[in-house]
Amino acid sequence: MTVAVASGKGGTGKTTVAVALVLSYDRNSVLLDCDVEEPNAGFFLRSKSIKKEEFSVPVPVIDAAKCNLCGRCADFCSFNALALAGSKILVFRDLCHSCGGCSLICPQNAVMEEKNIIGEIHSAESDKIFFVEGTLKIGKAMSPPLIREVKKYGKGENLTVIDCPPGNSCPMITAVRGADYVVLVTEPTPFGRHDLSLAAETVSEMKIPLGVILNRYGSGYKGVEEFCEKRGIEIILKIDEDIKIAQAQSEGKTILDVCPEMKDKMCGIVDKIQKGLTK
Amino acid sequence: MKELVVISGKGGTGKTSITASFAVLSKNSVVADCDVDAADLFLVLNPKMITSGKFISGKKASIISEKCLSCGKCFYLCKFDAVSYDDLTGKYVICDTACEGCGVCAAFCPAGAISFTERECGEWFISKTSHGTMVHARLKIGAENSGKLVSLVRKIAREEGVKEKAEKIIVDGPPGIGCPVIASVTGSDAVFAVTEPSLSGKHDLERVSELVGHFNLPLFACVNKWDVNPEITLEIEKFCVKKGIFFCGKIPYDKNVTKAQIEGKSVVEYDESPAAREISKIWGNLCGKIL
Ligand code: SF4
Ligand code: SF4
Ligand code: SF4
Ligand code: SF4
Repeated sequence: MTVAVASGKGGTGKTTVAVALVLSYDRNSVLLDCDVEEPNAGFFLRSKSIKKEEFSVPVPVIDAAKCNLCGRCADFCSFNALALAGSKILVFRDLCHSCGGCSLICPQNAVMEEKNIIGEIHSAESDKIFFVEGTLKIGKAMSPPLIREVKKYGKGENLTVIDCPPGNSCPMITAVRGADYVVLVTEPTPFGRHDLSLAAETVSEMKIPLGVILNRYGSGYKGVEEFCEKRGIEIILKIDEDIKIAQAQSEGKTILDVCPEMKDKMCGIVDKIQKGLTK
Repeated sequence: MKELVVISGKGGTGKTSITASFAVLSKNSVVADCDVDAADLFLVLNPKMITSGKFISGKKASIISEKCLSCGKCFYLCKFDAVSYDDLTGKYVICDTACEGCGVCAAFCPAGAISFTERECGEWFISKTSHGTMVHARLKIGAENSGKLVSLVRKIAREEGVKEKAEKIIVDGPPGIGCPVIASVTGSDAVFAVTEPSLSGKHDLERVSELVGHFNLPLFACVNKWDVNPEITLEIEKFCVKKGIFFCGKIPYDKNVTKAQIEGKSVVEYDESPAAREISKIWGNLCGKIL
């Protein structure tokens, strides 16, 4: 079973929940940190590193000897990654989406492939948890291919948890796609409600069942509960606002270190999701 | 006219609350909400919309089922797993949210059965608030190209700024370091990073500072909720000194920040709270340096 932990807004406690879920689970599990722009789950795991590999995507390189400068590749490319400039085809590697179209379209067979390194994949292990994290190289814009690669590590285990990137656009959708269940973490504020409504709409559009965890509960603001009630979305857990949790987390401790009772609650959530899915 | 971009690396550090306060404190500026994925600024600045427009960007493919021969070529060629086979109907279909709009399927479909059309990705707005003009946008659910929408919002904000002879443009930037962030900082005048005193916050600031270094822009920083972890706050201050990041101040943990948001106000309008005082001080520091 794959559970994606996401949130429209960043900083609501998504990583906290993802980490607590795998740490509470009694059997083997996999945690995938797909928040590749700012991967932070690793701070909380104390795991032993297994391997680190560069990750690259194929980008075109033009064989000038074969190219007759017809310009068809540049006309085709939907992302402006190719341009005909005088006697040369220029390749803007970081704009390329690796669709393969230019090499298919070239009548001269002049388009070759080379690698563009966009990030790193790091895998690690700590007793029952297999952990994989993607890190986007600084200055690289395109995170979805790296996210797709990290997700390949999540097959066949009892429980795979995905720590998703924030927001509702391509990186979040790439991370969430294919999950069996999505947990949306939010907080009881107007920003939290608004961002939750967008994220919930995105997930519903993808036809994946979802539940909400309301973090830092106790502000007195009821908007999130009202929203969930209206939409028929279940609030699966409320975590009280407690500065001790924030302090513990700031130094790399987990919520389980400060609130041991969370372990049972997290297990309960996994059980409940599992039962709900097999029903 | 100077353009200041507020970013945070990690999300949820209080960036938008601080940007809203800057918008209120600053005289004669245009505010742009470039956190188009989670555009929340409107919730505290209460804008009244004046003009709006559609954001068209990129394309998307869809199969015209009457023409389709079910040959499966599109399925094999699509590098983004956007085409799938529907067992029930025996037809190929393209998933809207997975299609990146590369056009390969449309170019190679033997039956001309794929339409490749412009994609409406969102909307932009020019609005008035009691503190000046605000430019903001809404990305459609599941849409791509948030980086391009960011560039568009900034462009409109600059045009408005020129019209109004504004002194500053204050941009609420997106989280992270990827495409929308790059689109937010490229060609701006200064970047202000709001961080949190945690290992993750520090790590994210390091990545942000490297990114901003790429663009050769001056970087300013503050720590929000600094008293949650004074030791890490100190480490962040030291890091800033070492990297030539101008450290503008530290905001205490203050429940008034959330209360202000619940009331639909910026922190500095809500109350004479400790956080509000510090934000005003930081704004003074920043203005002194960038103007
Ligand atoms: S692979 Fe696709 S995106 Fe990349 S340059 Fe070629 S046509 Fe453009
Ligand atoms: S399509 Fe091929 S031959 Fe034509 S310009 Fe591009 S690389 Fe050169
Ligand atoms: S390539 Fe064209 S004809 Fe073949 S399955 Fe796709 S849409 Fe249908
Ligand atoms: S346009 Fe490109 S991404 Fe979209 S379905 Fe066709 S091949 Fe796939």
